[in-house]
Amino acid sequence: MTFSKKYKDEIADILSRYPVKRSALIPLLYIAQRDHGYVTESAMHEIAHLLRLTPPQVYETITFYTMFNLKPMGKFHIQVCKSLMCALVGSDTVIEWIKAKLGITPGESTADGLFSLSAVECLAACGTGPMMQINDDYYEQLTEDKLDRILADLRSTGTSPLKSGPFMWPEPVTGER
Amino acid sequence: MSKHELILLKNMLQPGYTGSLMDYEKTGGYQALRNTVGKVAPADVTAIVRKSGLRGRGGAGFPTGVKWGFLPKDYQGPRYLCCNADESEPGTFKDRQLMERDPHQVLEGIVLACYAIGAETAYIYIRGEMVLGSKILERAIGEARVAGYIGKNILGTGINADVWVHRGAGAYICGEETALLESLEGKRGLPRIKPPFPATHGLYNKPTVVNNVETLANLPHIITRGPEWFAAIGSPPKSTGTRVFCVSGHVKRPGNYEVPMGVTVRELVYEHAGGMRSDKPMKAFIPGGASAPFLTPAHLDVKLDFEHVAAAGSMLGSGGVTVMEEGTSMVWAALRLMEFFYHESCGKCSPCREGSAWLVQTMRRILAKRGRMEDLETLLDLCKNIAGRTVCAFGDAEVAPIQSTLKYWRQEYVDLINEANAANLIRPEPVARG
Repeated sequence: MTFSKKYKDEIADILSRYPVKRSALIPLLYIAQRDHGYVTESAMHEIAHLLRLTPPQVYETITFYTMFNLKPMGKFHIQVCKSLMCALVGSDTVIEWIKAKLGITPGESTADGLFSLSAVECLAACGTGPMMQINDDYYEQLTEDKLDRILADLRSTGTSPLKSGPFMWPEPVTGER
Repeated sequence: MSKHELILLKNMLQPGYTGSLMDYEKTGGYQALRNTVGKVAPADVTAIVRKSGLRGRGGAGFPTGVKWGFLPKDYQGPRYLCCNADESEPGTFKDRQLMERDPHQVLEGIVLACYAIGAETAYIYIRGEMVLGSKILERAIGEARVAGYIGKNILGTGINADVWVHRGAGAYICGEETALLESLEGKRGLPRIKPPFPATHGLYNKPTVVNNVETLANLPHIITRGPEWFAAIGSPPKSTGTRVFCVSGHVKRPGNYEVPMGVTVRELVYEHAGGMRSDKPMKAFIPGGASAPFLTPAHLDVKLDFEHVAAAGSMLGSGGVTVMEEGTSMVWAALRLMEFFYHESCGKCSPCREGSAWLVQTMRRILAKRGRMEDLETLLDLCKNIAGRTVCAFGDAEVAPIQSTLKYWRQEYVDLINEANAANLIRPEPVARG
């Protein structure tokens, strides 16, 4: 089934929010990426057609933003923050751990297609570094033990209870207030 | 527990507070909206905000009421409000907490702002990585829509204010307000040349206001408790209210701390954040996110408000305070930030696009002990030719780490270069300078 037919209702809902069709470009690219793990060329053509854009207009936009993948990625895309605030508290070590555990360097994927690794810039979790994002979820205050558990959880169940919930740090101190 | 009165973080710090509509209403939530929409003239709401002295919490610190006042009064077509939730300044993580823990506080502020400026549509431009935050906001918008606080005909007043969440896709520059508008229009996030300002030619070329999450979250409190109350908090008359400071780096208790503007760095770091994490003393700190120049322990008694931090040679910016302990290489730290700016330069203006690459190359060479003394002049020369010569403020921001570390820790650069000379390593040919 084509992209526009498969997600007909969701696309219509998104289009209804904007007075100008092109504004729906990024939201539609997200749907395409969710569908395949990356944005396929045929999806780009369909989106261009839906929004009355030329293919280059879609392509110039998609290549500006770092969150869109133009090639297949591992099932779990690990993105470790390497900016200064995380680096001060050990993000380089986290990348080394992952390199050793999975045998891949940033920019690579494991042979079984499970994991891809990227070293990325600030993800706005500087007080709880070192941290990483895997697919949609944040994992913060990483230790080697925690990392092992996260990777094991992902392998066995596809998710991990160690992911962050609604953010608050420091957590409220109860009792002494 | 903070010794100061909390405004924005008060609700979420209550035990059991979930951020649901019911919880928010129990704390007096949406009373400001009930008492304002359709009852107070929009121009009066703007006047209240102007009187409170509220200034933008995103980084630039522009007075919010004044910004609203720039919208054309007689314009009949649509106007837009954009909530800047792109929060991508390294060192900053307050908006994430405000949105994920108390989303209705932000939404009430958005609707109040919409009413004041006459906008019927608001977009929350949230950074793409914050998937959880966008889901929480969407759920909260759904709750508020059912309760009649958002949507068509708010509380039967005939006033409309629709709010939509729009996710970015990973570009620091989209926190710059005109780049945000470009991105929201589905284009590459390249900042626009100003003027014209968004107030007259913003989203879809219509009058538009862009306000930060924290700025908007303050509005319900200002409306309910009055501008005089707000204007008395902090460092009046110019820096009023509280700030949610994000403390990161080598401290014992990093995190978000809401304090009145004007507390000292010393109080924030040593009282609230628990001081340094080990027995190593502080070596340096950044007071306002990656774009703010580094300061030294000699500046610990600088008051954290717009004027005092600026007078100390840095800026209050987004409120991200990053602390570094003795032993941290300042050349390394400046390079890390420079690599961030190099990665995030949008590429529109050549001084920034080309200059950031040259800065990174030169810094890497120095850190790898392959630098030469002339490199220091090259760095300063490059910085001078980037700052102030770009469309947006990114150019000024990216040179801050290098300029300030060269100012306070020049010896570290010199030592690395001297080591390079002593080792007599083969170094690349000098870069031709015109």
